[in-house]
Amino acid sequence: MSNFFKDADIDTSQAEAIVTETLKNCDDGELYLENHKSESIVLDDNKIKSSTYNSDQGYGFRAVTGEVVAYSHSNDISKESLRKSSENLKDTLKSKKGTYNHEIPKTNSKYYENINPIESKTFDSKIDLLNSVNNYLRSKGSIVNQVTANFLGEHKSIEIIRSDNQVLKDDRPLVRFNVSVVLEKDGKKETGVYGVGGRQSYDDYLKDGSWKDVCDEAFRIANVNLESKPAPAGEMKVVLGPGWPAILIHEAIGHGLEGDFNRKKTSAFHNLMGQQVASEGVTIVDDGTLYQRRGSLTIDDEGTPTENTVLIENGILKNYMQDRLNARLMGTNSTGSGRRESYKHVVLPRMRNTMMLSGKYSQDEMISSVDKGIFAVSFGGGQVDITSGKFVFNCTEAYEINNGKIGSPIKGATLIGDGPSILKEVSLVGNDMKLDPGIGTCGKAGQGVPVGVAQPSILINKMTVGGTKL
Amino acid sequence: MIRDQEFLKDIASYCIENSKKLGATDVGVKVIHSVSENVSFRNKKLDESNRADSFAVNLTTYIEKKKSSINSSDLSKSNLEKLIERCIDATKITPSDENNSLPDKDLMSKEIRDLNLYDETHYPNDKKIEFLKKVEETASTDEKIVNTEAGFTENKNNFILANSNGFLSGYKTSNFSSSCVAVSKINGAMERDYEFGSTRFLQDMMKPEEIGKIAADKAIKKLGPKKIKSEKIGVIFDKRISKGILSTLASAISASAIARGTSFLKDQINSEVFPNSINIIDDPKIEKGLGSQNFDSEGVETNSLKLVENGILKNYLIDTYYGKKLNLKSNGRSGGTTNLYFENGDLSFKDLINLEKKFLYITETIGHGGNIITGDYSVGASGFMVEDGELTYPVSEITIAGNFKEMFKNITLANDLEMKYSTNAPTLLINQMTVAGK
Repeated sequence: MSNFFKDADIDTSQAEAIVTETLKNCDDGELYLENHKSESIVLDDNKIKSSTYNSDQGYGFRAVTGEVVAYSHSNDISKESLRKSSENLKDTLKSKKGTYNHEIPKTNSKYYENINPIESKTFDSKIDLLNSVNNYLRSKGSIVNQVTANFLGEHKSIEIIRSDNQVLKDDRPLVRFNVSVVLEKDGKKETGVYGVGGRQSYDDYLKDGSWKDVCDEAFRIANVNLESKPAPAGEMKVVLGPGWPAILIHEAIGHGLEGDFNRKKTSAFHNLMGQQVASEGVTIVDDGTLYQRRGSLTIDDEGTPTENTVLIENGILKNYMQDRLNARLMGTNSTGSGRRESYKHVVLPRMRNTMMLSGKYSQDEMISSVDKGIFAVSFGGGQVDITSGKFVFNCTEAYEINNGKIGSPIKGATLIGDGPSILKEVSLVGNDMKLDPGIGTCGKAGQGVPVGVAQPSILINKMTVGGTKL
Repeated sequence: MIRDQEFLKDIASYCIENSKKLGATDVGVKVIHSVSENVSFRNKKLDESNRADSFAVNLTTYIEKKKSSINSSDLSKSNLEKLIERCIDATKITPSDENNSLPDKDLMSKEIRDLNLYDETHYPNDKKIEFLKKVEETASTDEKIVNTEAGFTENKNNFILANSNGFLSGYKTSNFSSSCVAVSKINGAMERDYEFGSTRFLQDMMKPEEIGKIAADKAIKKLGPKKIKSEKIGVIFDKRISKGILSTLASAISASAIARGTSFLKDQINSEVFPNSINIIDDPKIEKGLGSQNFDSEGVETNSLKLVENGILKNYLIDTYYGKKLNLKSNGRSGGTTNLYFENGDLSFKDLINLEKKFLYITETIGHGGNIITGDYSVGASGFMVEDGELTYPVSEITIAGNFKEMFKNITLANDLEMKYSTNAPTLLINQMTVAGK
């Protein structure tokens, strides 16, 4: 029984009939229905700055023939609206000679429970916790200049109606808890940010005082940065810490291995399949099946069950990440990577949890092998130009390395590199793989989707550090 | 078809009345309808067509100094009733904040001026397709261009903003935009560049041939870039990115950043922040302007503001909430700047690039390396070397870094300002930044 039609002037079987009729002679397509509830509660400057509840529902109707995608979406789930969308799709795809691909793999696996995190913690207790965060951090002394903390919680129910009445459903919880602190000392101000999250209830991340660990980490980063000196400028060796610095993997090669850019031959990787693109010992996967992780999905937004896709194995490029459209045009199968931000957006091949697997070296071995370089522990965001392959990411906690020893902290700087060649510069892979804390959002074509990253410590032989000190 | 004012007003009034019935002392609401049609092309073939029809209600209820909000896309009264109840329940248990309130009545916008923001012309998809064919035909003339993508989007919006002090106003706006991305290739290495046009009126749109040609020319010029040595050098910002300097300024002088003490320009009001030749204006009342508005997102009247006069910071961007914190009246900048621009400088582009023997000319930056609290700036960049006033070769995989406080004081402007976006700047030079390369 569908919840989407209970207040509508149309029932499931009538909707299915419209879908089947519209997608006749199309290669693919579906009616995607979504109900999305979310909340945001923000404490800032000693006050509850805002509390917002969002309720959004709608459909996206897609017809695909050849390379052409026709899409129509609306938040009005009614007979008239669906008919109008159907007309619009048929009008766009005048000459269609496709054969609908009915095959869609089934799964019994589930990578998260159907809970609604917004309702599973009371509003009062969320406000209380935000106030406790503020008091706890401010009790650390007068150097605490500003505290911001927020809850972001959501519950998304989706239903995919394919031609011939196949219906696929998923219910997805997602939460994020963030703390940001600004410290001031001797006229100098610095920020520290930390957060946790995933596809469970808030309390799974915050119980037994573990919210204090989030505060302590934000405070620690800000404190380190208060002592930071100008960052160096130029090419040097870079040691990346485990976990969140895997943003490098996400930007440097992840985007370049998404199916659409390779089908269109606009990715710097499009002619490198089967070739050595990384040092031996480097294995990278994109895994949608990790239990309760932020980037995990039971089924993707086309209904395909997710999987653990091997992208690079021992340095050799093995697979791209595919949605149904790009897989069909490239003669392969979907890897369960078809994602969309909401019913307002078309499906694109996207990353889920992108991970470099552990090697055999210790972090100490890496650092002691560096004469002059930097050790980067924490990052803000990154960006890539997939065509030229150039990518950047911004350090938020980093140190200089002199003669094999960690030295002073350095100011935030951008690191820039070349995607197809950077992984060949990875000379040591650590034995300490770690997942990120569960706060990443990836942007592509104006669509944001939750993702995860993981990696062990790695040593990169040569990268350009964008500091101010020559 | 876009829904009319009466339809939106009815929903706004319903929200206000019901919130008051349930105990709200003040209410603010915005109801929006937008219809958007997009067609995109790739390598001279239709790639995607997308039609969007969206409603939104944003409601904020106050009980004395307590406040909470809801947003929804479902305008049915049964849904709104449930959400209003939820909003009131949340408001009751949200701690109060003495700065929460609707704007002062005497600051509210009194009359709507027709700023020419709505073109009712509908550009059918067939016409969009013809337009895009021309864009891509021009873009792919040179054999070095191996991939082209082009898109055309038409947007129509209507909204009503209302509050329980009797404010109820709104108007229609439209937007037409077209873009082209071209990928060039030589010796196996590719580069990408683009051109983009956005207008309120269809008739003002750039010619398709122009969009295609500019995108292709730029992508070809970028082929075969070199990585340069790390050095201190004067950096020229192309017009496409020089406007980013103004966006940074806008973040740093927002009342929220000032009140929270998280801006590198805190306590700099009435101080010299830029060289004394520089004036920065934010003007909401430009006819057909992409950032034009009659009032801000709270309904407060907005007028032209000199943010920087002869290099001196004259105004913050103030909304009601942070204005109260700072003991200042809102100047109609809730929601940020409108049409923000540098007044033209004295030098022509040619004179600017001839000021020194050697410059780095940046056409694109990547990454989010600006820190508003400390003013530190470090981003990835690509562009060209300029030697003796000539663009000699493309440069990539480098970073540029500095601190906004010093960068602002070392700006020289050219006189080639164009009003192409909502934030606009002429070509500008920043003396001495650190470039990291080899």
